Amino acid sequence: MQQRRILIIAAIVVVIAAVAIFQATRPRAPVPPAATLEIFSWWTTGGEEAGLLKMFDLYRQQHAGVEIINATVAGGAGFEAKPALKARMLGGDPPDSFQVHMGRELIDTWVVTNFMEPLDELFRAEGWEQAFPAGVLALLRHEGSYWSVPVNIHRANVLWYNKRVFEENTWTPPATFDEFFALAEQMRAKGITPLALGDVGIWASVHLFEVVLAGVLGPEQYNGLWTGATDWNGPEVRRALETMARMLTYVNPDHSALSWDQANDLVIQGRAGMTIMGDWVDADNLAKNFADSGWAPPPGTRGIFVALSDSFGLPKNAPHREQALAWLRLAGSRAGQEAFNPVKGSICARNDCDPGLFGPYLQSAMQDWERDQIVPSLAHGAAASESWVALINDVMTTFVSDRDVAKAQAGLARACVEAGVCR
Amino acid sequence: MRLTSDRVLAAFLIAPSIAAAAVFVYGFIGWTAWVSLSNWAGLRPDLSWAGVANYLGLFANPRFHLDIRNTIVFTVFLLAACMSLGLGLALLLDRGVRGESIFRSLFFFPMAVSFIVTGVAWRWLLAPGDPATGRLTGVNVLLAHLDLPHLRWYTDHTVLHIHPDGALGQVLSGAGLGALTDPTVGIPVAMLSIVIAATWQMSGFVMALYLAGLRGFPEELREAARIDGAGEWQVYRYVVLPFLWPVTLSALIILGHISLKIFDLVAAMSKRGPGFATDVPAYFMFETTFHADRFAQGAAVAVVMLVSVSVLIIPYLVYSMRRETAT
Amino acid sequence: MTRVAASPLAMAGRALIYAALVVAAAFYLLPVYVLVITGLKSYAEAGLSQMWHLPAAPTLEGFQQAYARLAPHFANSITLTVPAALISSFLGSVNGYILAKWRFRGADLLFTLILFGMFIPYQSILIPLVDTLQRVNFAAAALGVPGWLSWAIPGYGTIPGLAFVHIVYGIPITTLIFRNYYATIPDELLDAAKADGANLLGIYRLVLLPISMPAFAVVLIWQFTSIWNEFLFAVVLTQNPAVRPVTVALYNLAGSYIVEWNVQMAGALLAALPTLLVYVFLGRYFLRGLLAGALKG
Repeated sequence: MQQRRILIIAAIVVVIAAVAIFQATRPRAPVPPAATLEIFSWWTTGGEEAGLLKMFDLYRQQHAGVEIINATVAGGAGFEAKPALKARMLGGDPPDSFQVHMGRELIDTWVVTNFMEPLDELFRAEGWEQAFPAGVLALLRHEGSYWSVPVNIHRANVLWYNKRVFEENTWTPPATFDEFFALAEQMRAKGITPLALGDVGIWASVHLFEVVLAGVLGPEQYNGLWTGATDWNGPEVRRALETMARMLTYVNPDHSALSWDQANDLVIQGRAGMTIMGDWVDADNLAKNFADSGWAPPPGTRGIFVALSDSFGLPKNAPHREQALAWLRLAGSRAGQEAFNPVKGSICARNDCDPGLFGPYLQSAMQDWERDQIVPSLAHGAAASESWVALINDVMTTFVSDRDVAKAQAGLARACVEAGVCR
Repeated sequence: MRLTSDRVLAAFLIAPSIAAAAVFVYGFIGWTAWVSLSNWAGLRPDLSWAGVANYLGLFANPRFHLDIRNTIVFTVFLLAACMSLGLGLALLLDRGVRGESIFRSLFFFPMAVSFIVTGVAWRWLLAPGDPATGRLTGVNVLLAHLDLPHLRWYTDHTVLHIHPDGALGQVLSGAGLGALTDPTVGIPVAMLSIVIAATWQMSGFVMALYLAGLRGFPEELREAARIDGAGEWQVYRYVVLPFLWPVTLSALIILGHISLKIFDLVAAMSKRGPGFATDVPAYFMFETTFHADRFAQGAAVAVVMLVSVSVLIIPYLVYSMRRETAT
Repeated sequence: MTRVAASPLAMAGRALIYAALVVAAAFYLLPVYVLVITGLKSYAEAGLSQMWHLPAAPTLEGFQQAYARLAPHFANSITLTVPAALISSFLGSVNGYILAKWRFRGADLLFTLILFGMFIPYQSILIPLVDTLQRVNFAAAALGVPGWLSWAIPGYGTIPGLAFVHIVYGIPITTLIFRNYYATIPDELLDAAKADGANLLGIYRLVLLPISMPAFAVVLIWQFTSIWNEFLFAVVLTQNPAVRPVTVALYNLAGSYIVEWNVQMAGALLAALPTLLVYVFLGRYFLRGLLAGALKG
């Protein structure tokens, strides 16, 4: 009896070991061809993935025989991908090129720490100093050099609503905060959640805060926050926090369990009236066949374009530098941006893309992009370094639940000091 | 002669494990402690001396206060829930129940599942929805059927604490203990959802421990107590439970050190939670080190965690060692 | 007949016991029920609001998609778990043998020091660990280690590296269980073998190994499940999606933008399946070993 059991166990061990040996000795992905291109990003679903794959197709047409490794790590706004990338870079295993938010995130995390190659030659050869708008070039530059190639522009400050619901109730999108609160009261009376929020991982609340900041402070003072010119202890920031606190009384109670797209679902279903989120919502709506989508600048931000951009850089010691440079050339080209952006649901970083390729929302965004004053996004790495954003994330996590304005303002001021920008 | 060569061989065979412990446990702990005393913030290592600045920063950080509160609440509730459920089920199963092995397997199988799977499943089960707009979801659907109130589970930012204006609060304030009325010494309701999920996973383990202990219980003892006139309850209270004390101690230690270190479940279920209601030191350490690149700060969190676990474990290890040497 | 009728109280008591057990069973089965029915639903049907409804048209779509996305990670988990469990069990067996049967001065203290490694929060060694394994990569690159030897390089971001870490930090628990198991074996058995001229290795091979199977069963099951289910080391040490084990893949499945609940639930079930099967078929050994092993320490 005992012996039979031992035999059974031994048999199981042998089988498992055989599988393991088989697995371990199985030839790994056939020896990679000399020409390989590994691109790291967090574009794993929907239009983002489709857009990336379109660029890969273009690349393959131009460079036959190069094998592309699509190294992706899923997770909203790169939350999971960024630590993964850091670990790879620190471990001396850089991908050939990687997705990174243009602005402070790129500069403070990667450039000042000496992980990147400057791209000045590429910008000159491709004539990109003419192709990209001055505001974008300013965000790309650090110590006189360019460090990444922006492939798209997203707008962070968009108020999304359900046109059918608004028409039924003869509502119009609010242009001021007063209008917003009046409308929110009406919505609540109808049993509709006024503002849908999905802030699992907290960044969506920080996103909402940056939009409120821009709306209350206006572009100049908003920009001053990131240089220390605007006082975090001042009355304007206080007013922004008070406004945000009041807005939070109109959000769905389960916001901390939802992601941004689940919050958008509430708008699509007509259970919520509005949501304030970046313009990737457009792609989500298209994917969900939602035809009644309406959009407007959130209160106080008409004429302001809170921008963020996905860009690609060239790490030092990229294993396939030639292929990586060819990839960057494609990412900055008109053909590349026209292939990528209509599918991804963003506008081109270049000035010369054909509007006819884009849907109605993106066409309106392209117009705003040319007219509006451009300011950098906080939640998406353009305005502040990652460690500063992390501190602000912590302040907002507490603020969203206790809405204590004074405490939050003190925390924000302290964060600016800790980030080394304020004194 | 042979005896000595055997001794050399013994030393040779155990040396790799000792070396591994020396380097990978003690050496690395020292290394981490060193990092925690440095200025390392940013991707490039910077081991210049910062003294205890990181620890001072940590203990001044309101988030870390909440983490400590949450860990204590989680540990206390998890131990209470798992021990009572585990013991209760073991006592029931020990009464010669038909289908015992089936029940035992049912209660025990969650132990085989990873915290990630548990977190994914319970995040879905306890998704709160919003009854105001008719979104009833998860367990709340069952509660509604039973006419029970709607619960906000892990999105509830309520912290149960002594209200400063209440009778007890005023007494405490009068006694100079006003600090006890602060929400940082309260019970974050959201944490109890994590306790439910963790209890689902771990209570079967406690049951199995107790069941194994009960199987070793000598019937004569029970008989002797009965002859002395003890009732059924008294037999349990005065004979069985004391007999099970070593099991209880082991279970407390095993659960306790797991709950002080809890990470996966929180990461998969609710992350930091509303207003840090489910944030724990391990998750804070992960975010601060690998998201915000504040390595020195992260190392300080790790050292604090190590100290808290050591306070529990070292006396237990010493006790075990002494007891063994004695026998 | 009369006896049964005479004890309605006892019968009510029995009924209460069963009722309590059934309620408890329902609690433990609740997540399983939801995992299974949601996994069998289509994407359209798997909404939060119809969570308790049985699938109207059961489909394996969710399982197929989850399998497609998790399959490579399953292979990674197997490649990781099996060698790591076998090697750490073997090391534990040797350590346990020496610590239990070749007791030297300070053996108990040494054992306790080794044991401590099993309780530490791994956060407290994580930063040096990452650093050290990265150095291994650089060293291997500098030495020009050929590709066919890569399985032997426990570097950062590789399965061998992760397996190595699990072996090292698995030593305390495996040593504990084996030491306590071997302590129950009478010294006379060993003395007899010694008298026959067997040396340290001979005694191990001839006397202890053949009767070690129950302890090996316990240790292997324990190590297999804990390594399979482990998350912290896996998420920190394997950043390349190609080498990530299944727990990390499942976590990422849950964290992606579009929440496909049916795929997620099916994935959770699939990821749990191997360890569940081990417990269903071999759980007896584990339970039996529990007291003999972990408790006596």
